[in-house]
Amino acid sequence: MLKIKNINTYYGQAQALKNVSMHLTEGEIVTLIGANGAGKTTLLNSLSGVVPPRSGQIFFNDVTINNLAAHQIVRMGISQVPEGRQVFKPISVEDNLELGAYLHHKMLGGSDEVKKNKEMVYDLFPILKERRKQFAGTLSGGEQQMLAIGRAFMAKPKLMLLDEPSMGLAPMITQEIFRVIENLSKRKKTTILLVEQNARAALKMANRGYVLDNGHMILEGTAAELLDNKEVQRAYLGKDKKEIWER
Amino acid sequence: MDYSRQLFQYILSGLSNGAIYALIGFGFAMIYNATGIINFAQGEFVMLGGMLTVFFLTVLKLSIIPAIVLAVVISTIVGICFERLAIRPLKNAKPLSLIIITIGASIFIRGAAMLIWGKDTHAVPAFSGNDPIYIAGATILPQHLWIFAVTILIIIAGRIFFNYSITGKAMRACAYNAQAAGLVGINVKNMVLLSFAISSAIGSMAGIIIAPLTMTSYDVGVMLGLKGFCAVIIGGMSSGLSTVMGGLLLGLLEALGAGYISASYKDAIAFIILLLILFIRPEGLFAKKEAERF
Repeated sequence: MLKIKNINTYYGQAQALKNVSMHLTEGEIVTLIGANGAGKTTLLNSLSGVVPPRSGQIFFNDVTINNLAAHQIVRMGISQVPEGRQVFKPISVEDNLELGAYLHHKMLGGSDEVKKNKEMVYDLFPILKERRKQFAGTLSGGEQQMLAIGRAFMAKPKLMLLDEPSMGLAPMITQEIFRVIENLSKRKKTTILLVEQNARAALKMANRGYVLDNGHMILEGTAAELLDNKEVQRAYLGKDKKEIWER
Repeated sequence: MDYSRQLFQYILSGLSNGAIYALIGFGFAMIYNATGIINFAQGEFVMLGGMLTVFFLTVLKLSIIPAIVLAVVISTIVGICFERLAIRPLKNAKPLSLIIITIGASIFIRGAAMLIWGKDTHAVPAFSGNDPIYIAGATILPQHLWIFAVTILIIIAGRIFFNYSITGKAMRACAYNAQAAGLVGINVKNMVLLSFAISSAIGSMAGIIIAPLTMTSYDVGVMLGLKGFCAVIIGGMSSGLSTVMGGLLLGLLEALGAGYISASYKDAIAFIILLLILFIRPEGLFAKKEAERF
């Protein structure tokens, strides 16, 4: 479904992604793990057109998308839930969702479709329905994350990119968010690319995983393989820390 | 009572000027919120509105309504061209460079207007006559009523647009966070273009409704633009009611100052207010803190 071939992405002079390649098959949950600054967010931003790669190619269902602008990529069926949620704080919860369906308002299904999707989001996150008249800025962190996911879902994406959905959230709420992500994948047939700090939880849910280090893709495998990998365990899962410390 | 009649007269003319300042201020706020640019060419669209109306009325002998419509349409087209030719080609330019470009554009538009229409001051006939209406001993011209009516209409239309239409909501989303707006599928560049189109349309409308009272010439945009800028600074750069309040307050203080202190200080009063606001409350007099949680 998604194929990334040797992309190089820069911020000004600094190269953040070096010859990164990966692929996603329809229906998968794939997780991307790596330390802070490894380039995970950059990879998502390259996919969604926020920071287009300087070279390399990205194919989505065999169409080249690496030269499209962000709003055109949404139209192709890729929605990103950005890092730090980035909901429209001075706008109501309901209008945030409406804006998520902006393209549907403008051309695709029209308002019936939007209404149906909105009900689906309220179904996934009943708390958003309760709060639909409030400004998004008054929601708690967890609720804002739910809104950000709901907003992305309103565009009816085939592929959803989630950037650290558990960041800054209490463990209970993280669990709920993860449950919804699994739900989106199983019931709504959305393919998911998940970037997570919480590598263990992410790998448990995922089919496959990639490890990004310093802009290089260093490892790829099924989630089970990565969970068993000694190097991954040491660097990202926090196992065997003791031996290494006391060496 | 001569004294209270006089006061009432000052208040009326202050409010009508203030309404104009508010409309011009809206244009500033709209572009600022969409792009972070202060568009110092805003006043030139006010000038274009008035001058084009004069042109269509006197040279092409059109009647007043088609003349006004055409003047607004052409000013809007100039605004769109301005964004396309001068703002959009500069990818990733800093707001400061873009602000300097808007100053350049304003000099260009003013110069072009001078070449085309000359340096004369032109009169625009009032929309519905010059017979004054007497209210509580003060006189009010029909044109004042036009100013109030058009301003209120534009404000209501703006509120409906920004709060109920999906395009208006999308513009607000862009103003708040352009990157996130792109990620939900909004074409941010088109929204910027739209903000230039709307603000030049509103600016030219302001120029048209005030022209019968103040006359118009190629350089009226400078002062009116700066007054609109004052209004929007007082209002805290919002495109909502606080800019209306800012405009009305500015108009009132100006009129009262001109009446009771000296008419020659009229403009100075506006700028003293601007400086005071910038020193004491740079976030604007009426700006309220948004409810936010991080």
